[in-house]
Amino acid sequence: MSLTLEKITKVVDGELHINDVNLNFEPGSFNVLLGRTLAGKTTLMRLMAGLEKPTSGRVLMNGADMTGVPVRQRNVSMVYQQFINYPNLSVYDNIASPLRLAGDDKQTIDRKVRETAEILRIENFLTRMPLELSGGQQQRTAMARALIKDADLILFDEPLVNLDYKLREELRQEMRELFKVRNTIAVYATTEPNEALALGGTTTVLHEGRSIQYGETAEVYNFPDTVACAELFSEPPLNLTKGEISDSEVTLDQATHFPLNADLAGLGRGNYIFGVRPSHLALFPVNEDDLEISVRVELAEISGSETFLHVRNKHLSLVLHLTGIYQYEVDASIKVYMPTHKIFVFDEDGKILKVPTRLPIVNQAGQISGGVQHG
Amino acid sequence: MNKVENNKAWFLVLPVFLLVAFSAVVPLMTVVNYSVQDIFDATNRYFVGVEWFKEVLRDPRLHDSLIRQFIFSFCVLLIEVPLGICVALMMPKEGRWSALCLILLAIPLLIPWNVVGTIWQIFGRADIGLMGYYLNAMGIDYNYAGNSGDAWATVLLMDVWHWTSLIALLCYSGLRAIPDAYYQAARIDRASGWAIFRYIQLPKLQSVLLIGILLRFMDSFMIYTEPFVLTGGGPGNSTTFLSQTLTTMAIGQFDLGRAGAFSLIYFLIILLVSWLLYTAMTHVEKGE
Repeated sequence: MSLTLEKITKVVDGELHINDVNLNFEPGSFNVLLGRTLAGKTTLMRLMAGLEKPTSGRVLMNGADMTGVPVRQRNVSMVYQQFINYPNLSVYDNIASPLRLAGDDKQTIDRKVRETAEILRIENFLTRMPLELSGGQQQRTAMARALIKDADLILFDEPLVNLDYKLREELRQEMRELFKVRNTIAVYATTEPNEALALGGTTTVLHEGRSIQYGETAEVYNFPDTVACAELFSEPPLNLTKGEISDSEVTLDQATHFPLNADLAGLGRGNYIFGVRPSHLALFPVNEDDLEISVRVELAEISGSETFLHVRNKHLSLVLHLTGIYQYEVDASIKVYMPTHKIFVFDEDGKILKVPTRLPIVNQAGQISGGVQHG
Repeated sequence: MNKVENNKAWFLVLPVFLLVAFSAVVPLMTVVNYSVQDIFDATNRYFVGVEWFKEVLRDPRLHDSLIRQFIFSFCVLLIEVPLGICVALMMPKEGRWSALCLILLAIPLLIPWNVVGTIWQIFGRADIGLMGYYLNAMGIDYNYAGNSGDAWATVLLMDVWHWTSLIALLCYSGLRAIPDAYYQAARIDRASGWAIFRYIQLPKLQSVLLIGILLRFMDSFMIYTEPFVLTGGGPGNSTTFLSQTLTTMAIGQFDLGRAGAFSLIYFLIILLVSWLLYTAMTHVEKGE
């Protein structure tokens, strides 16, 4: 079963919620919808499910037009941000409910319920009521209900948001395993770039109701088409600054200069937008041609065992993503280093012109291919 | 760890203790005081123990009005709860119409009991009442003052008119609290309208229904003003409920000892039935 969206547009009360979206999901694929809140992720999923009709455009399944077909006549399931279960049915009955409504016989139901419960590791809680379970177990129950149907399309609308960090990692890992063997299309909406990267598959980046980029998750991450996409698919967001390339040097924000290198020479003179990932900035020079920038510390934000160091000088404002915990006093004068070959360059309209040299892929035999190693 | 006893801490609970004592315990004790004595005047009083209780429990007047009371409360719950749920389900979910519905529903709740009685007393009269007149004009022999069946129907109808709104409003707020995702999930599951009601809405309404049923039970079990104004308990004793029997005993006959015993029994019955209802419904909630 493949799913195709053709020129889907949705207008609600004169407001454009989904703007001309074209997508094609392969059978058995795992697809991430990445976008901020209100980017249109949920609306798009509702359109895919048939919970809503598009204002214009077509939804095709296996090539057949399903646009006007109501959700009751489709074979889809959905898992929500809230833990949605029937409150007064046991976990067993909850998981069994889609099959009972479909009219399956008792033995099949029993076998499938136990199978699915085992996959999601809730087989010991089958007699409990949903509200007696922890959040993670409740969401596993909801997921079991979605999985047991053998739906053609399974939609996950930020299912892990309400769970704690540890559980989220665990369930995320399991979901990847779960869908490797299935022939369903899974669509997973999230606001977190890191979650998209962890889930893999393909990623569609949604921005203000538009699909601004679509492709394999790692490809989209490494080769963003636009400033918007690069910003969205980076946590913390990409450092962006305006700048200028002249015959011999590059100027960032009128003040920070570095000599033009071979990477950037091909772009020609003119005004550009430059971007660098927070994780590519360093506190020590790594390469000979790293650009040294003097800055003052604004804030050292510690998250887990990582530090987001916010720094600025008169012209530039940067965020560094550092591994390890760094403690800086506010206003401390430090130097940061920017690897000039790891800079994204966009034109003034935000279209990508140059991405940093790609990281190499190492295969099982240890052979290195694709990209050049720096430093 | 050594446990330190601080007796001064008792002073902290003193205000609450005093409040409860004066609001509940002291008045109740007055009743208890009357119920165990035969009092003629300030100097003539005799301790009679549980005599009054024995007498009251054997009193056929009380038996009759107790049975009437149970039937009445049962009918009230049987009609008002399903009707209230239906009204809540049919109300528009949002917008101007829902606000209008809410206001219309709230109107009966704002009318004082004796006014409600008066409204229905006039409304049902065969000579000048809108309902009474037209019922008779249609050939139905309707007379709440003469026919006990008609009296019962009118008292019930009056209570339904007065109080169904309460259940409807409670249920409406309960229904609005159900996230839309539940309905979507049900549609995706291909659940029928009945299944949505049975497995999503009803379970989610359980806690507000528990409160609604308890309130309606206690209130209907203590009903006094409305039937008193409408029928005065008649024809005969057919609409004389417990509280009216009690009032007649206490004020009409000034039989305070007997009335005191009666009050305590009345109170215990309400407490017991409320407890039973509460226990039963919380068990249902747990799915037992």
